[in-house]
Amino acid sequence: MMWLDTIVQGILLGGLYALFAAGLSLVFGIMRLVNLAHGDLIVLAAFLILVLVTALGLNPFVAALVAMPAMFALGFALQYLVLNRTLGPDILPPLLVTFGLSIVIQNALLERFSADSRRVSAGALETASLQFGPINIGTMPLLTFLSAIAVIIGLNLVFYRTSLGRAFRATSDDRVTAGLMGIRPDRIFAIATGLAMVVVTIAALYLGTRANFDPTIGPARLIYAFEAVIIGGLGSFWGTLAGGIIIGVAQTAGASINPEWQILAGHIAFLLVLLARPRGLFPRAVD
Amino acid sequence: MAVDALPSFKVETRTRLSSAFLVVAVAVLALGFAAPLFTSRAVVQDLFFILTMLVLAQCWNLLAGFAGLVSVGQQAFVGFGAYAMFAAVILLGLDPLVGIVLAGLLAAVLTIPTGFFVFRLQGAYFAIGTWVIAEVVRLSFAQWKALGGGTGTSLPSGATRDMAGVRWIADLFGWRASQATDVLCYWLALALAAATILFIHWLLRSRQGLGLAAVRDNQEAARAVGVDPRWMKSTVYLLAGLVSGVTGALIYVQKARISPDAAFSVTDWTAYVIFIVVIGGIGTIEGPVVGVIVFFVLRNVLADYGSWYLLILGLIGIAVMLVAPRGLWGLFADRTGIQLFPVRRILTGAPTKTKGVPHG
Repeated sequence: MMWLDTIVQGILLGGLYALFAAGLSLVFGIMRLVNLAHGDLIVLAAFLILVLVTALGLNPFVAALVAMPAMFALGFALQYLVLNRTLGPDILPPLLVTFGLSIVIQNALLERFSADSRRVSAGALETASLQFGPINIGTMPLLTFLSAIAVIIGLNLVFYRTSLGRAFRATSDDRVTAGLMGIRPDRIFAIATGLAMVVVTIAALYLGTRANFDPTIGPARLIYAFEAVIIGGLGSFWGTLAGGIIIGVAQTAGASINPEWQILAGHIAFLLVLLARPRGLFPRAVD
Repeated sequence: MAVDALPSFKVETRTRLSSAFLVVAVAVLALGFAAPLFTSRAVVQDLFFILTMLVLAQCWNLLAGFAGLVSVGQQAFVGFGAYAMFAAVILLGLDPLVGIVLAGLLAAVLTIPTGFFVFRLQGAYFAIGTWVIAEVVRLSFAQWKALGGGTGTSLPSGATRDMAGVRWIADLFGWRASQATDVLCYWLALALAAATILFIHWLLRSRQGLGLAAVRDNQEAARAVGVDPRWMKSTVYLLAGLVSGVTGALIYVQKARISPDAAFSVTDWTAYVIFIVVIGGIGTIEGPVVGVIVFFVLRNVLADYGSWYLLILGLIGIAVMLVAPRGLWGLFADRTGIQLFPVRRILTGAPTKTKGVPHG
């Protein structure tokens, strides 16, 4: 039954990676912007939740709710004031500006919080678990996975059932024509990044409560998120969940053989998918 | 008259100023070569650091600025080259200098499988793809127990002292062996930097360079006139990997101690390099030279401020990208029209009195 346990834990871990990836996928889908600071923004949100929990004594879930509007505002401002200026046919400016941003966030966090490992305490939830037949499932990992599904359902609803989603899709398809129809692409992009930062806050809640984090772990989260997006295929949120699950299962399987192989196994799974299906498992977008 | 009437066009990249600059460049090179004779060992080490960063910056600039390949994973080749040199010295008992050559060749070979993967990813995703590859290479070397695994290892004591040429230099100038090692490394770095710049300049002025610019500016149009974008990009990727591997090996001959985290550091071998190129001016050969000087000055000014240093460097990088995307050299060249390493083709010898139209 060891292997079954490994797979179940891997699937649940995949939920966390899907949460990391959903924001990245959202922003790329709408404005073809790859945000290299995505992982560092997750870590930034985790520190924000940590501060709210320790300074105000809030429950982490309440703290995340409080952090969401702040992160939305940050994302909106970042996109509106900085990143919108980098969008265009040339891929260099957005990549280099977000790479610079990644370095800036990391070092600002290092300066403020030092390199110590932190953790957000979730109280009794941390150790709680549920028994499903022979398998023991932690409550936190299960909550993470369910949150990932909820986020994906929510994003799909926003995308395909609301006027905001219609504006997202229209701007993504043809920015100029959307502008002629009374949509302001600048604002749409800013709202999209703000929304991505809300998802990032949810990801940060589980990142911070499930394991230790420090200012330098952002780039690794970016890479997991990216791998999940590519495996799933661009433009599909459910594909991203599948991608996250593949990385998660590969990591737990690798770790069960040798703990040192955990991360490497995830990367190798990604490379194998890239080898066999360069456009991912469930491609939707044409790029 | 009939013969003269035929327009005898010539395409040139040389300008009068650039020819004059060649004399200055040779003088600077000679001065640089002689520098260890009249400066302290600390200065030689600083110069070594500047030159190796310059070489890495030129490589990254060739990739991103001239071929449109934004890599965030060049640390893969720096670290791989360093480890290849360590393996050559520790496991095979070779001279570190042989190790450096071997490192370059092996790094070039490594670009073939890694290129196979990263070229499946387009545009911006190429960037993160190179980062994944660098992580895979780092994690793999962390498993190699003979070279210290995750904690790393040192070169055997005496390996660099017994390096070919060190004894000879030490005897000639009356230096201690450790100082002679530093000077030899410095001379190699100087030669490597000069060769890299000359080679890139030659490449960009050649037919291939024109093809490269065409691919960067419009891949479809380039393909339409018979340029093979895949081949161009692969070649540049291979060359950048080779030179980065050699540089990594050279840096670690001087450091003599290696660990996976340091050898594959994204901060040291990619973030700094990107900021050097962006601040100096991407897409020009002069840019990285200006950038590395700015970088070194900032590094010394902010040496005592820890993470503030990278924070400020990052902010400057962002500001330059937003306000002056062609960097300091771009600003300077726009104002003055000066090009020290001109790669722009100028049409001369037209029958009318026009001086020619810059294009390309």
